[in-house]
Amino acid sequence: MAVDTQVATVRPPLAYRARGILRGLQTGDEAAYLIVLTSAMAIIVLTGLLVLELFWNSSLTRHAFGWSFLWGRTWDPVFQKFGALPFIYGTVVTSALALLLAVPIGLGSALFLAELAPRRLSDALTFLVELLAAVPSVIYGLLGVFVLVPFLEAWVVPALKATLGFLPLFQGRFEGVSLFSAGVVLAIMIVPFIVSVSRGVLLAVPNDIREGALALGATRWETTWRFVMPSARKGIFGSIFLALARALGETMAVTMVIGNTPTISTSLLAPGYTIAAVIANEFTEATSDFYIHALVELGLVLFGLTILINGVARLLILTTSREAAR
Amino acid sequence: MSGVSFRRRAVNAVMLGLMGLCTLLAVGVLLFILGFLFVKGASSLNWAFLTKLPKPVGESGGGMANAILGSFKVLALATAIGFPIGFLAGVYLSEYGHGPFPAVVRYVTDLLNGVPSIVMGVFAYTLVVLPMKHFSAIAGGLALGVMMIPIAVRSTEEFLRGVPRDLREAAMALGSRKWRSIASVVVPTAAQGILTAVMLDLARVAGETAPLLFTSFNNRFWSPGWNQPTATLPVMIFTYAISPYDDWHRQAWAAGFLLLASIFAINIAARFLVSRGFSHSH
Amino acid sequence: MYRTGLVALLSVASLTLACKDEGTGTSAPSAGEPLTINGAGSTFAYPMYSKWFDEYHKLHPNTEFNYQSIGSGGGIRQVIAGTVDFGGTDGPMTPAQMADFKGKHQADILHLPTALGADVPTYNIKGVTQELNFTPDALAGIFLGKIKKWNDPAIADANPGVSLPADDIVVVHRSDGSGTTFVWVDYLAKVSPEWKQKVGVGTSVNWPVGLGGKGNEGVTGLVKQTQDSIGYVELIYAIQNHIPYGKVKNSAGKFVKADLASVTAAAAGASKAMPDDFRVSITDPPGEAAYPISSFTWLLVPAKIPDAAKRAAMLDFLSWAMADGQNLLEPLSYARLPVEVVAKERQAIARIQ
Repeated sequence: MAVDTQVATVRPPLAYRARGILRGLQTGDEAAYLIVLTSAMAIIVLTGLLVLELFWNSSLTRHAFGWSFLWGRTWDPVFQKFGALPFIYGTVVTSALALLLAVPIGLGSALFLAELAPRRLSDALTFLVELLAAVPSVIYGLLGVFVLVPFLEAWVVPALKATLGFLPLFQGRFEGVSLFSAGVVLAIMIVPFIVSVSRGVLLAVPNDIREGALALGATRWETTWRFVMPSARKGIFGSIFLALARALGETMAVTMVIGNTPTISTSLLAPGYTIAAVIANEFTEATSDFYIHALVELGLVLFGLTILINGVARLLILTTSREAAR
Repeated sequence: MSGVSFRRRAVNAVMLGLMGLCTLLAVGVLLFILGFLFVKGASSLNWAFLTKLPKPVGESGGGMANAILGSFKVLALATAIGFPIGFLAGVYLSEYGHGPFPAVVRYVTDLLNGVPSIVMGVFAYTLVVLPMKHFSAIAGGLALGVMMIPIAVRSTEEFLRGVPRDLREAAMALGSRKWRSIASVVVPTAAQGILTAVMLDLARVAGETAPLLFTSFNNRFWSPGWNQPTATLPVMIFTYAISPYDDWHRQAWAAGFLLLASIFAINIAARFLVSRGFSHSH
Repeated sequence: MYRTGLVALLSVASLTLACKDEGTGTSAPSAGEPLTINGAGSTFAYPMYSKWFDEYHKLHPNTEFNYQSIGSGGGIRQVIAGTVDFGGTDGPMTPAQMADFKGKHQADILHLPTALGADVPTYNIKGVTQELNFTPDALAGIFLGKIKKWNDPAIADANPGVSLPADDIVVVHRSDGSGTTFVWVDYLAKVSPEWKQKVGVGTSVNWPVGLGGKGNEGVTGLVKQTQDSIGYVELIYAIQNHIPYGKVKNSAGKFVKADLASVTAAAAGASKAMPDDFRVSITDPPGEAAYPISSFTWLLVPAKIPDAAKRAAMLDFLSWAMADGQNLLEPLSYARLPVEVVAKERQAIARIQ
């Protein structure tokens, strides 16, 4: 690589910069940077394109309903009156329930597999758990209907009603298909993501931290909870985001166990409906442009919901980590 | 641990026990699902299923050979499109990832991940199918490929971050350029993790049905090339599962089992290859 | 060394791909590429079309009709967009959609009936094993949510001798848009002005009451698992899966059980008043033996097909469908078209350019 000994002041700035970049390309650093930067930008461009598509293809209903689409409670394809509230409710409730169930179990498993289990066993078990992610959603749906729902009906719901039945959450008749069933199915579907990614980050935490803590007299649990986990928190939160996103967008499995009824009820045992499920159910048969625009607008609403939830969650993480740092 | 209080030891035991319980639950559910699929599906899996084309209802001996090949093609295309973009973006985020723009990239990636699979299918439909005026494997590959990007990004970034700083600094101290140090030191160390990411990603999209309904469509016959509607396993499962016929139901379960078993096999093969590579080069 | 392994894997993969990319698979290799004609639409008719196209392919190995079920609405949209050559639908296109097609393709779109299907009421009631009779008022009242208990007189009066419990009725309907729903609500709108005014007709409606199941499978599953429930499914589905269903009172006052004969009779009864474009609903038709909740399923074919090879193939297939094709329907539990309709249809087919 030639060393440039000429005086820089005589050279025009453009040529100088070009030479710099060229030299950078020779060494590969600039090129590498450009390549990875382009990929990152490609993601933003793709997502932007997607949002634009959603925006354009929902123009009819956006103009017809405006913001009232968000709190409308009627979904009537025949009389062309559409409102998103029951679906927003169902989406939020089922995803929240799914996270509530999947995060403790997923994290608990990830911790066990990363910290306690012998390496070979851990590898084998993680491999199996990751395989869960490959089960087609349709199969989850079928298993949900034929296996999970009867199981919930026979064992889980009676137990819940006996213990927590005073809560409005568990009132009313349980027909099997319900927000609760959907939440449980979703939880099973998102556990592999939490386990796989969290375990990976936990394993990556250097052993010195563990050894140091143990040397100081901490128990295994304290070592894990107070020393290893904080180092891995970013990755663990990342895995939870991944899982949440999957839950929000899941279509097939949910629609088979949620009851597909656009109502809002305080009881988890009542049937409900999610945005993704209604789009999957009605898109192929929607014939009028207005109807399709309503469904696409629901997709846009889901996107907005994702932005909101992600933003709030990030804010929470930022503030809690600032406190933890103090 | 003689100096540790009883309370702390109790908490320790309980927590460790709970963790084990969680794992038992997670693994137990999986084994149940696999077992169920095996029982319902494996019996219908025979040589005809693997090599013949679909037959109409009432005729025995039909198979899903075209769907098996079709899934292979669409998934290969999806991985070729989605994983490199995701991987490179993941590299970007882990190596140059401080500041406002990388934060935006991470945020947008999470948003992309939350898009319902059917919306992704419609997106690919408007982008590829409408201009081309027909359904194709390419459109299906694109839809699934875009779905693969967010997981690839997240996983790559996480596993690359896991590589200790000392390793990178040591490589740089030995005189290699940044990109070289990334390519030859950081990536191979995280290779196992990255491979896991590919597998998880692949698993994620292998069973997706909704995005394929409007892109690769389906086909009762072979579909040469990439430009024709293609049968795929998830779409066949969906079509057969909602039909009224028992024979088709059995084929749907068989296909579900086959899909899972294939991902399993690819996983094992890939890990084997990578670990062989390492044991030899080290 | 793992590189060689990788290379080996990739070469095997590409070889497999290369090999499989030839020919049509089931027949001997023929000169040139086979003619492929793509269609999409109704899931109800999918089993029937898959049988037809397979049989036709055996007779004409060089022609491949590829039909996929993405729903009637999807079929209509793809036909209008031009991404498929023909469509299948259980509900006729609206005038606006037909105008849209004409605008894009400078030709009319024809609705050609191919077979008949029907919806049946299926139920699961505590202590009831007999076949129930349903009057139009009973069905409308139940699905409107006005008749809430099984021992309501509207139901009990039609079923003397059956002890119906005083339990709440759980209504089950389809969650996904479908031709099955279309036929059911079309019938209800005809027999109940209140239904027509309040809910209306469509592939998806705003149901006053009930749970939504996905597909016939979903509805059947829900009905089986939920006591005191009632739902509607396609006849062919009920027959193939041995699901008990009830009789419905037709316009002539008779309680008719749905079967292939009574469904064909419904079309025969409606055929006298049938318009030339076949876009007609045949629910609640005249006729003593007619089952009132029946419907056509149509093929959507452009009136002008520019490609000569495709046109020849389509014409040949359609005339085969009207003759030999009809004989293949019964084993699959589809009802055949009455002779009056077939005759009329042959005339329409002859006009395709």
